[in-house]
Amino acid sequence: MKQSALYKMASTSILKNKMRTLLTMLGIVIGVGAVIVMVAIGNGAQSQIKAQIGGLGTNLIIVMPGSGTPGGVNQGAGSFNKLTVADADKLKHDGTLFSSVSPVVSARLQVIANNANWKTSISGVSVDFPEIRNWTPSSGAFFSDVDVKSSRKVAVLGATVVKNLFGDSDPVGAQIQIGKVPFTVVGVMEAKGQNAGGQDQDDAVLVPYSTAQTRLSGNVRIGQILVSTASADDMAAAQDETSAIMRDSHRLDGAPDDFTVRNQTEIANAMSSTTKVMSGLLAAIASISLIVGGIGIMNIMLVSVTERTREIGIRMAIGARGSDVLTQFLVESIVMSLLGGIVGLGVGYGGAALLGHLTGWATATPISAVGIAVGFSGAVGMFFGYYPARKAAALNPIQALRYE
Amino acid sequence: MATMSNQNSVIEISKVKKVYTMGTNQVFALRGVDLTVERGELIAVMGTSGSGKSTLMNILGCLDVPTEGSYVLDGTRVDGMSGNALADLRNAKLGFVFQGFNLLPRTSAIDNVELPLLYDRSGRKLDTRRLAAESLGRVGLGDRLDHQPSELSGGQQQRVAIARALVTQPTLLLADEPTGNLDSRTTVEVMALFQELNEQGITVVLVTHEPEVAQYAKRIVDVRDGRIVRDHPVADRRWAADDLRNMDAARALEPDAVLEEAA
Ligand SMILES: Nc1ncnc2c1ncn2[C@@H]1O[C@H](COP(=O)(O)OP(=O)(O)O)[C@@H](O)[C@H]1O
Ligand SMILES: [Mg+2]
Repeated sequence: MKQSALYKMASTSILKNKMRTLLTMLGIVIGVGAVIVMVAIGNGAQSQIKAQIGGLGTNLIIVMPGSGTPGGVNQGAGSFNKLTVADADKLKHDGTLFSSVSPVVSARLQVIANNANWKTSISGVSVDFPEIRNWTPSSGAFFSDVDVKSSRKVAVLGATVVKNLFGDSDPVGAQIQIGKVPFTVVGVMEAKGQNAGGQDQDDAVLVPYSTAQTRLSGNVRIGQILVSTASADDMAAAQDETSAIMRDSHRLDGAPDDFTVRNQTEIANAMSSTTKVMSGLLAAIASISLIVGGIGIMNIMLVSVTERTREIGIRMAIGARGSDVLTQFLVESIVMSLLGGIVGLGVGYGGAALLGHLTGWATATPISAVGIAVGFSGAVGMFFGYYPARKAAALNPIQALRYE
Repeated sequence: MATMSNQNSVIEISKVKKVYTMGTNQVFALRGVDLTVERGELIAVMGTSGSGKSTLMNILGCLDVPTEGSYVLDGTRVDGMSGNALADLRNAKLGFVFQGFNLLPRTSAIDNVELPLLYDRSGRKLDTRRLAAESLGRVGLGDRLDHQPSELSGGQQQRVAIARALVTQPTLLLADEPTGNLDSRTTVEVMALFQELNEQGITVVLVTHEPEVAQYAKRIVDVRDGRIVRDHPVADRRWAADDLRNMDAARALEPDAVLEEAA
């Protein structure tokens, strides 16, 4: 039998039962969709990790509040469970292996200037921050130690913030309002662009941490302290030193750590383990949906074989071999499953984007998703379509022709 | 493949038996049938219900295999062939017409007629659409190519089925009660078509239990209880085309007859 005739036959029969086909495809759509989202999350996490390691450097140590909370989640309200400016000062003062130290106070606030407003992330940092991030101002200057000490209301803007509030004009010297507090723009950071995870690194405003803590509303606790070591080779020793100074600063004596010290690689791994859990969950949804979808296809194909017993008899009477009938029904179930796979590809693509939007995770649907969708749905269609197709092929022509 | 003595025979079966076993019961559907069909014949197989006519046709049509006996179709020994070989033989040498038309529903006339050509395994390059259209033209349905079975009358559906049987240019046309579902006038129309095709050289074997239908054949084979009990040429053969003309003439003369026929 000609290939073209086979596909025409399969599509005709699928189109004759649109609603049924649609419902049957649903399991495959969800299954393939979940597979695509899973791949997108894994892929996105991978590139985000790469970007962070690349963007921040390997000689970065991050101190976070709480013990063993790799995501940097602030654990409860215990006074010793916090990071303080004193911790940062002590690290800077006592450390022998560190080149720079900066506490980071983060908030998301509305920034207003020139009647324009823009919601962005506000980071309260120290003067060491440009060195740690290897990021320098392109216009004006970074704020000074004096600005930090006197909690001056000065801000350095990322390029994206400038573009959205000031367009092409130079904002240095201009007044802006962060939340309800007026600030003076003293500098603009050079454009860094997106990181490989797709996040815009220029969508940020930097202010002195002291100002952030005293003037800004919202979460003004120190979320983390960034420490950069003089050399990437001292990493292990530098981490030990950081811990020792922190324990001393918190006067822990024999008590367990109430902070966590991580280097960049460990952070990356911790992040990827969160996405791994999600990926595992999606893998479970995907495999269950694909199996249920496959059984749905098998069920519908069995119904179809019974309904079309007479047709099978006719085809055999006019010269169809068993293998022709088998191929016909197999192609039909594969085409149906592939249709589900293609719709699932779209659903997965949209789902990954939506999930990324809702959770802030980097998701990136790779080109290989097309192959994955086609491969999975095709395999399911073939596997679950084989039994009904074989049943059709094994029919006795005379009995099939007599079937009412 | 054994070649039998008579070069002209389309069918030669001898001592064919068919036994259906249902649990401990055995049904002897055919109890030893010998039959030779020559090229160009038009045979009517007659007999009461359950006498074994359909069983015989199924065996002649390679849809079923005899329990015992030999069958040579167009010089090819058929008994003992594999399922695939039988399927290929049905496609290449046989055309089937059934009582219930057996067209694919929701499928246009031309698609139905094209179907056997799609299973052609000879490797020939066939213009299947053109051949299907020509075949429909041959049975007088050249203007109904895209009609679906549900849009056609019973007589027209049977013509589509005949076109489908003819499209592969078979050696033999087999029809099991082809007029069983048709009214009397349509029956004569379909028989006129069979006679016309037979005059063009096609060998036809058909089953009927209506003596009037059998009168259009050249030869009648009577089956009873799984055996051929009589095999004779038709003495006063009728021509369906003539009968149709007479019917029309009668109708024109007696307007009441039209009402009678319609009722
Ligand atoms: N598949 C079958 N299984 C069992 N018995 C059958 C089967 N087909 C036909 N028979 C029996 O064989 C006999 C001949 O049947 P059939 O050839 O259909 O007769 P006809 O076509 O002359 O009416 C009947 O007694 C019928 O009941
Ligand atoms: Mg019968």
